[in-house]
Amino acid sequence: MRKLKLIPDDTHIPFIRMRFIAMIASTAAVLASIILVAVMGLNFGIDFRGGTLIEIGTEEPADVADLRSRLGGLGLGDVQIQSFGAPTDVLIRVETQPGGASAQQAVVDAVRAELGTEVEYRRVEVVGPTVSGELIEAGVLAILLAVGLMLIYIWFRFEWQFSVGAVVALVHDVVITLGLFAILQLEFNLSIIAALLTIVGYSMNDTVVVYDRVREKLRKYKRMPLAELLDLAVNKTLSRTIMTSLTTLLALFSLYIFGGEVIRGFTFAMIWGIVIGTYSSIFVAAPLLLWLGVKRDWSGAGAGEPGQATSGSSTPAE
Amino acid sequence: MLYFPRWKYTLIAIACALGFLLSAPNFVPKEDLAGLPDWLPSNQVNLGLDLQGGSHLLLEVDVDTVLNDRLEALVDDVRQTLREARIGYTGLGHAGDRVTVRIREQGDVEQAMTLLRELSVPITANVFAAVPERDLAFEENGGRISIEMTDAARTERLNSALEQSIEIVRRRIDELGTTEPVIQRQGTDRILVQVPGLDDPQRLKALLGRTAQLNFHLVDTSVSVIDAIQTRPPAGSQVLPLVDGSGGSVLIRRRVMVSGESLVDAQPGFDQQTNEPVVSFRFDASGAKRFADVTQANVGRPFAVVLDNEVITAPVIREPILGGSGQISGGFTVTEANDLAILLRAGALPAPLEVLEERTVGPGLGADSVAAGEIAAAIGFAAVILFILAVYGLFGVFANVALIINVAMIFGLLSLLQATLTLPGIAGIVLTIGMAVDANVLIFERIKEEAAAGKTPINAIDVGYSRALGTIVDANITTFIAAAILFQMGSGPVRGFAVTLAIGIITSVFTAFTVTRLFVSIWLKRRRPAEVPL
Repeated sequence: MRKLKLIPDDTHIPFIRMRFIAMIASTAAVLASIILVAVMGLNFGIDFRGGTLIEIGTEEPADVADLRSRLGGLGLGDVQIQSFGAPTDVLIRVETQPGGASAQQAVVDAVRAELGTEVEYRRVEVVGPTVSGELIEAGVLAILLAVGLMLIYIWFRFEWQFSVGAVVALVHDVVITLGLFAILQLEFNLSIIAALLTIVGYSMNDTVVVYDRVREKLRKYKRMPLAELLDLAVNKTLSRTIMTSLTTLLALFSLYIFGGEVIRGFTFAMIWGIVIGTYSSIFVAAPLLLWLGVKRDWSGAGAGEPGQATSGSSTPAE
Repeated sequence: MLYFPRWKYTLIAIACALGFLLSAPNFVPKEDLAGLPDWLPSNQVNLGLDLQGGSHLLLEVDVDTVLNDRLEALVDDVRQTLREARIGYTGLGHAGDRVTVRIREQGDVEQAMTLLRELSVPITANVFAAVPERDLAFEENGGRISIEMTDAARTERLNSALEQSIEIVRRRIDELGTTEPVIQRQGTDRILVQVPGLDDPQRLKALLGRTAQLNFHLVDTSVSVIDAIQTRPPAGSQVLPLVDGSGGSVLIRRRVMVSGESLVDAQPGFDQQTNEPVVSFRFDASGAKRFADVTQANVGRPFAVVLDNEVITAPVIREPILGGSGQISGGFTVTEANDLAILLRAGALPAPLEVLEERTVGPGLGADSVAAGEIAAAIGFAAVILFILAVYGLFGVFANVALIINVAMIFGLLSLLQATLTLPGIAGIVLTIGMAVDANVLIFERIKEEAAAGKTPINAIDVGYSRALGTIVDANITTFIAAAILFQMGSGPVRGFAVTLAIGIITSVFTAFTVTRLFVSIWLKRRRPAEVPL
């Protein structure tokens, strides 16, 4: 059987030599993202901003202009109306009303009174101001906690340099994803936090695979210059990195295209996250080890893995 | 590494078979499940509210009302105590979180303090404290006594209000007859309510949005309502709106003659003369006696039925009502009468509930989401399988069979654990399908490398599997950490995503590492290949 070959078996791409370009690109992207988030802000959904979201389905293609004028006249402040997926689906967003939780509930009643039973209420979400504040807090805390725990895990399993390198790569991915959400003004809600955490997991997964190989090579080639060794490790794991990213992207694209409008934002974030996570494991995480200066002396190296020393010496060609 | 003893072989086979068996009920139509033999698993995956439609409400007990009610009751107690002891006082009232009163004669202060201290009761909350804590703290300063609820008393009060509210909410929702509602306490003052498959969420909110405090009051006829509104209602009376649609008001005596707590039953029905929907009710023995006494003493005077500070009706008592039952007519629709009966039967909430968060998904959208999710999962699955096959050939077949077993196991575990599958949960499964092959890719790439370095197939495969294991574990633990945090922090659908992600990680490590290794070892034994076809 002739097999599909995406990556040649033995690559010698000088990734580490590209580190300055990568560093400039990454730093620029991170800075730009921070500025974008600061200037344009994130387009928070009602999970974080509070307010009301009502998705309606109409019999005929919806007349958005008509809806806009009818609902705009209710005195509810900022009412956004946009079609959503099919022309018969409309999303209505109403900002948080002054007054407590009951004031938010009144929005639903007012919209129902105006539109009556001629439309199907597909989805109604109301988030009061107290809850939205708590959700922001919980979301930020979740991301920080995840990054912190991974920092500790990597530190235990590897060395502190790896831990720092992996976490910098992670933060890089998260910040750039936030920047993308700011520039595209995509809705940022709870499920995006879930997507971010998944990106954190995936990016870490990718980085760990590369680092694992780096550590192995460090034990094996005690005298090889670090830059060359890092290149070797990245090249050896390259086909795996690309393969896994591709299968994951295949699955996610299918979800993006066929999974329905409700989770499109969520899948978009993950697709982007896979791309940036793959990039960062090669171009950020690996070069960082070079700058941080990894310790070369691995006491007790290979003790847990018999056969390594022999297999190592029997393959001088590597 | 490649040798499998018979028992291991059997265990793996059993685990895989269990995965298929446990996931099988999901492919049987719901109505046919009951017909299956008992020994077969019959648990289907629990669909989340976003997939089957339903309402998720986060309610908050109005803490201020709870504490305010307690302070008002305390004011009454203080008034009564001082009156009975004939101690002159002035300025009795409550402000903030304390009740204050000034004793007129300095000589009475001592006695007043002693009497008032008796109002305080020990708190049962902390049975281990050496000196039982009491619910009230007293302070006296130059004839001015201030009484404050202790923190422990406040906590206990809120706690009991919350528990009582949960009980009432449960009773009200049970009346709706929906299946498997979730009613959970959250934190110190919140209640989470999840009602699947409800077609009228507005009615649910209407049922939960009322305290349903029903009281019977005498109407104050000493001055006209208009005078009372324009000047000031007489002491002990207040003006309440009448809800019959006339826009009128009624002046009632504040004193509750009979309270709704004495009700034992309430049923919707029709008035026999007017054929109008009514709610008929029955009192318990003591309530019936009070009701009889009050109506007997006040024949010819109007009597107000007050629900949540609104007068439903204020008819004139034509004759004493002795049987302990009666009916309320207030121009209800049939549904209104029905709901009022539910509210009265279930009892009054100790304080109003506010809806902090609502998420309702219509059944139509839920079904659409399931369909879209199924299509996306199927297409993603097929694409991944074809891709793996194209890249790895025979080994790709092994990986793909493992992947199919993996998906069966995820569904089997979800069904077994009765975890809730949400829309993001479907996304979690699709993502797992994409990432599940990661472990196999790691292993296969490693084998390829070892083989390229000149090892025999058996040696290369053996080393490939054992070398990749450490990497697989490290890489998956990090994703597992993310899933665990999501589960801990997230709510509803996000939690569903975390659950499927976590289950997917565990099953994919098992299938990708153990199951494929088994296949490979069988293949090696039978074929004894000269080179690895990778």
